[in-house]
Amino acid sequence: MSYHADERGYYGEFGGAFIPEMLYPNCEELRQNYLQIMAEPSFQEEFHQLLKDYVGRPTPLYFAERLSKKYNAKIYLKREDLCHTGAHKVNNTIGQILMAKRLGKHRIIAETGAGQHGVATATVCALMGIECVVYMGEIDIARQAPNVARMKMLGAEVRPATSGSKTLKDATNEAIRDWINNPVDTHYIIGSVVGPHPYPDMVARFQSVISEEIKSQLLEKEGRENPDYVVACVGGGSNAAGAFYHFLDTPEVGIIAVEAAGKGIHSGESAATSALGKVGIIHGSKTLLMQTPDGQITEPYSISAGLDYPGVGPLHAHLYTSGRGEFISITDDEAMKAGLDLCKLEGIIPAIESSHALAIFKDRKFAEDDVVVVNLSGRGDKDLQNYIDYFKL
Amino acid sequence: MNRIKQKLQEDKKILSIYFTAGYPKLDDTVKIIQDLEQNGVDLIEIGLPFSDPLADGPTIQASSTAALKNGMTTALLFEQLKDIRKSVSIPLILMGYFNPVLQYGVEAFCQKCEEIGIDGLILPDLPLDVYQEEYEDLFKKHGLINVFLITPQTSDARIKAIDEASEGFIYMVSSASTTGAKEGFGPEQATYFERIASMKLKNPQIVGFGISNAQTFEQATEQANGAIIGSAFIKHLTENGVDGISSFVGQIR
Repeated sequence: MSYHADERGYYGEFGGAFIPEMLYPNCEELRQNYLQIMAEPSFQEEFHQLLKDYVGRPTPLYFAERLSKKYNAKIYLKREDLCHTGAHKVNNTIGQILMAKRLGKHRIIAETGAGQHGVATATVCALMGIECVVYMGEIDIARQAPNVARMKMLGAEVRPATSGSKTLKDATNEAIRDWINNPVDTHYIIGSVVGPHPYPDMVARFQSVISEEIKSQLLEKEGRENPDYVVACVGGGSNAAGAFYHFLDTPEVGIIAVEAAGKGIHSGESAATSALGKVGIIHGSKTLLMQTPDGQITEPYSISAGLDYPGVGPLHAHLYTSGRGEFISITDDEAMKAGLDLCKLEGIIPAIESSHALAIFKDRKFAEDDVVVVNLSGRGDKDLQNYIDYFKL
Repeated sequence: MNRIKQKLQEDKKILSIYFTAGYPKLDDTVKIIQDLEQNGVDLIEIGLPFSDPLADGPTIQASSTAALKNGMTTALLFEQLKDIRKSVSIPLILMGYFNPVLQYGVEAFCQKCEEIGIDGLILPDLPLDVYQEEYEDLFKKHGLINVFLITPQTSDARIKAIDEASEGFIYMVSSASTTGAKEGFGPEQATYFERIASMKLKNPQIVGFGISNAQTFEQATEQANGAIIGSAFIKHLTENGVDGISSFVGQIR
């Protein structure tokens, strides 16, 4: 059994392309070409060159000695926080901008929640000199002012999504509507392993450089390629998809996905999709999503803007229902404390998203010689105001 | 015979009207249907509101949001429609996104449609291949015609496949756009209408998107068998409520 997408974009019962006919030609063009383009030696060369020289890869695999001592396991941190723009998001936008160029597109659209994917998209568009429009919920624009400014400095136009709940899911709706209205010259850079086939698979492949590097780095440090566990936070799930990718079909590697419980799974203010979601269709993909009994999509909550997506990538829905992945949910409070913990123990200020992954060690115990790799997906600069407010700094 | 097929055999240009159930007021559904029939409309598309209508422009989005706020649900719509066949004989189509149907249960949904006397479904995000593999038999068992969309970007090969899978009619989206985004037609539409007419499809075609008045209705139906008005009617409802449906329909033809 494989946990990768089949050729129609299904992960078990999840995935596929539930899209209106208006989107069919766009998605079909991408579907027919993405694997072939990615396999071209010139594409691979350009992609890896940019990851090396521009993004700063490979990112270190760092043995966190004091953290390991505290929690009695061998904990390694995969330092995606050291990527250019501050998070793993740029691995995907580099890949997709090269894809867009080869497809002859000269306009880029993207959605963003907290603004990290928007910044990563605006960055590669500036790099390539391509027009860029980023859709962002009106509410998110108000609470993520520094990232809005960054996108503007990078030359992108930030368009407010004023429909629905005015957050990430609505920004995604607006980006999809833009693509419907501009089907020929525009490429839509989705920021996570969500959306219609081939997006979940394509984004996972671009992010898979994370686990590719983990394997070779671990071989060097531990004399073996496979850790006992890989841990990552999951909103839509792109950093997790990248960190899990090369271990999916290796059953001896435990996969731990960490979701945001917000104020508690049953508080009514949560983003723990695996626990609260039911099978449904969101943004063209069949997956687990948070919704009313009538099938209306509900608004999730998390202190971390990067984890409050009402759905989850179809890969992760499959990892959850098949039992391949262990799913843990972490509250706002637990994440914030774990974030501060890492600052004090290792001198690293993590993004609040990544703090969720770090927070599992309090209750989830490991054997002393277990090698546990945590994907530190982003850095905490963008969250400073949240940390200030929370800890009254 | 299915009421849609029967209607399409008449020698006339079909006028189809879309409205969102539960808008402007929660209980307007039955009155809107009755008034549309009385004023000579040929076919009605009843919109099931959805929280995330990604193929719709601002007008239908807003009506959808308002309808949900009013308290509309799939179960309530079925309740409102349970006696509709006692008062109208016009073909009725339910149009909506697939997720609410999935949550209701596709089989239970089809069953309920049959009980009420619904003639067809338009579920834009239920793709052709999934329909054929999983739902075609079920829809047919309950006498429901599934209507597919085509757009100016749809390839000839795919149009032929859709024509093959369709019965009733094909929904011809007039331009690459969301609903209500463009008014009127340009040279791109003329070419597209011409191209489709020359394909001699087995199913009649009804044009939607961009039709708002007598002029655009006439242009759209020059070669196609009918046209659908959605956003323009929603705007009329927003401004006038359920009064004056006769004057709205009267200005179309």
